Amino acid sequence: MREVSIIGIGITKFGELWEKSLRQLGLETGLAAISDAGITSKDIDALYIGNMAAGSTLQQEHVSALMADYCGLASQNIPATRVEAASASGGLAVRQAYMAIAGGFIDIAVVGGAEKMTDVSDSESSYTVSMGSDEQWESKAGATFASLHAMIAQSHMTEYGTTREELSAVSEKNHFHASMNQMAQFPFQISAEAVSNSGMVSSPLRMLDCAPNSDGAAAIVLCATEKAKKYKKKSIKIIGSGQASDTLSLHHRKYLNQMPAIKMAARRAFKSCGKKASDLDLIEIHDNFTISEIIALEEIGVFKRGKAAQNILKGETRLGGKIPINTSGGLKARGHAPGATGIAQVVEVVQQLRGEAGERQVKNAKIGMVENHGGTAATAVVHILEGE
Amino acid sequence: MNGIVSYGAYVPSHKIETGEIASVWGADGSAWAKNLNVYSKSVPGPDEDVITISVEATRQAMKRANLNGDFIGAIYTGSESHPYAVKPTSTIVAEAIGATPNLTAADFEFACKAGTAAIQTCLGMVGDKQIDNGIAIGVDTSQGAPGDALEYSASAGGGALIIGSKKVIAQINHTTSYTTDTPDFWRREGQKYPRHGGRFTGKPAFFKHVVSCGMMMMQKAGTEAKDYDYVVTHQPNGKFPIRAAKTLGFTNEQFETGLLTPRIGNTYSGAVFLGLAAILDIAKPGDRILAVAYGSGAGSDAFDITVTDEIAKMDRSETVENLISRMKIINYATYAKYRGKLNMGASK
Amino acid sequence: MSVPRFWRELDTRYNLIGSYCKITKTYHYPRRSFNPEAGRESIGSMEDYQFKGSGEIVSSTVVHQAQTGYEMFGPYCMAIIELDEGPRITTQIVDCDPEIVKPGMKVKSVFRKLGEDSESGILHYGTKFIVIEYNEVEESEENIPDIEV
Repeated sequence: MREVSIIGIGITKFGELWEKSLRQLGLETGLAAISDAGITSKDIDALYIGNMAAGSTLQQEHVSALMADYCGLASQNIPATRVEAASASGGLAVRQAYMAIAGGFIDIAVVGGAEKMTDVSDSESSYTVSMGSDEQWESKAGATFASLHAMIAQSHMTEYGTTREELSAVSEKNHFHASMNQMAQFPFQISAEAVSNSGMVSSPLRMLDCAPNSDGAAAIVLCATEKAKKYKKKSIKIIGSGQASDTLSLHHRKYLNQMPAIKMAARRAFKSCGKKASDLDLIEIHDNFTISEIIALEEIGVFKRGKAAQNILKGETRLGGKIPINTSGGLKARGHAPGATGIAQVVEVVQQLRGEAGERQVKNAKIGMVENHGGTAATAVVHILEGE
Repeated sequence: MNGIVSYGAYVPSHKIETGEIASVWGADGSAWAKNLNVYSKSVPGPDEDVITISVEATRQAMKRANLNGDFIGAIYTGSESHPYAVKPTSTIVAEAIGATPNLTAADFEFACKAGTAAIQTCLGMVGDKQIDNGIAIGVDTSQGAPGDALEYSASAGGGALIIGSKKVIAQINHTTSYTTDTPDFWRREGQKYPRHGGRFTGKPAFFKHVVSCGMMMMQKAGTEAKDYDYVVTHQPNGKFPIRAAKTLGFTNEQFETGLLTPRIGNTYSGAVFLGLAAILDIAKPGDRILAVAYGSGAGSDAFDITVTDEIAKMDRSETVENLISRMKIINYATYAKYRGKLNMGASK
Repeated sequence: MSVPRFWRELDTRYNLIGSYCKITKTYHYPRRSFNPEAGRESIGSMEDYQFKGSGEIVSSTVVHQAQTGYEMFGPYCMAIIELDEGPRITTQIVDCDPEIVKPGMKVKSVFRKLGEDSESGILHYGTKFIVIEYNEVEESEENIPDIEV
């Protein structure tokens, strides 16, 4: 198996991008990543696209060919593949490209993620997000995506005594990080009190516990490490990759307050590189809801079960703390454009490991993790990245 | 003798008080309540309709008699508010009680007496030995136009009767009908709310048919009012049934058990079924019941019924009274939302 | 939802028909032809089973931003319940103040409208749950009459 490196990154600002179409978003980030990598289109062997919902939001499937075409790669008849695993689509697209290069099938792949959530009404975009759950036995029964996470939160609060204050600390911290990220949808701070007093969405989760449904795109260029130096002086190695799945419906899980797919994906990623949680300098976590960040940290093993929330409240996951989490602002404050999210997370960790994160730079960051999941963590994808 | 093998009832768990409705229209609530003798009416939830109420009532009837769907040869549902204009309520009920596919089914419409017409149909089929048991259902989720007098009474609920020849808890000794063309109340195809003839719905319509039919029934059965322990008639409000019962010679003790409209409103096709269910909840072997339905348009069906020893063996712990006592008051805003009275614009 | 997509699962939704695995002696809902725990051996050993419809609340939430099609209920209670036979279901809890629903409460099934395709489309019916006898439990203590000696 060959080693794989990330040699280029590109990202758009996340948010309500009224002027931009899905294809424009994809093109912008693709070009940015290619130019950052110092490659030309002739060097690209394959394209992987993470996209969750173009079929339901834009009535457009076949997004792989669409993106290849609009990125000017159609004339090369490039292999283009769309990957879908709800909000884990982006992370999973990265993993597909990683495996193709590691396996020796190709040398260079562009992995792009794009999502356009604001071309439909709020209720349609919310329903689209809930399609990552079991549409027949959860969504159609009246469960919103937030309500499923609310039951996860309720169960976690009952079992471990997790508090409102601790949930709010997650959003407060992520907004603090986003205030230093100009690509974030909400680049400003909010107080924990504001989170605690925001409108109830599905008890106990409030408006500011929930990530937005954003437009956005991100792209990276992966290259066989042995050939990376030819294009980029400073590349970031993917040293670990893991993926796992779980029951699609939350109600079929033994414990509502756990997300075993994240645990297994992390364990597999750790195993593939011989690292452990304490080796990590930072993590981008899939905080679609505040409770998800808390549970993911417990599943990855950063904190013992039931202990993550109090450590977040103590500031251990804040920039300057023991292990900064979601320096980008996370899904909550950077924004959440499902297919793009997993790739935007990689972009953030690459910037950190390159030492190019500016104000929000984690000092001496060497090893970072990306955790991206779909639905109520029925798919989880974890990557471990190492700087030079 | 053929008759009622089992019975079931259902009333939604929400109710609105007459005064609350009156306050919206600036009307005198206590005067309306007193004039109509209706103090509150049941309101179905957003997820309740004639089909769900029919299923709940029928399931209760099946459970009480410990019957499964294989025993059922026919289902007829009478209603003026079937959710579908075309597509039967009865097939959904059949599926939901596991009676498919070996049965016949159809929906009936005859304003408020469609359900009792279903009883007569089942009686005929059982008597002719075409089926062992048939189910007659009378349910409505009727609507009155906002501000119309009907709005104070039009409510939701109903019941189901299993009609058969074995293990009969109440035998139906006789039935008779009285039918004319009397346009006192109607709803045109495609219209949301019914229209009515105001005071014309009284003397030439309700009273003429109910009283005539009741008298014909007693003549046919060779009975007088004093031979009955209970009487139940259709009850579009709380006053008409009392006046009709008194005209026929009945007393308070005989009609009060089956008179539910003052507390749950007019359940249309469900009214006689619910009143009869309330009587069967407490009836003793040997009790005799006169039931007279009325449907606008117009007609009455009457039944002369005698309760048998079988009723003593039946589990009657789930009562109509339990259903009524669990009802919780909602305000007009919630009622308007639940009943689709809000104009949602053209967003969908 | 298209007509056949709903129609093919009518009995599952109307009558809580699931599966019983003769190998592991476990119950499953909705119907499965294969028991994930027993693997391939379970094929052919799964029998239809009609659940009794009673169970209890495992977790619940009050939904203030309603799911599409549930706007008229808001706020409403969604819960994960565990049927007496074992399987869990995500369901709306109706006919009560959504705030009173708590884990451990007993529930039973009721037949309700689940939704509709559109104003002119097919209606969907199925099973929801209600909390049983919470009123009686709550009120029984208060309602004990004062006995004058």
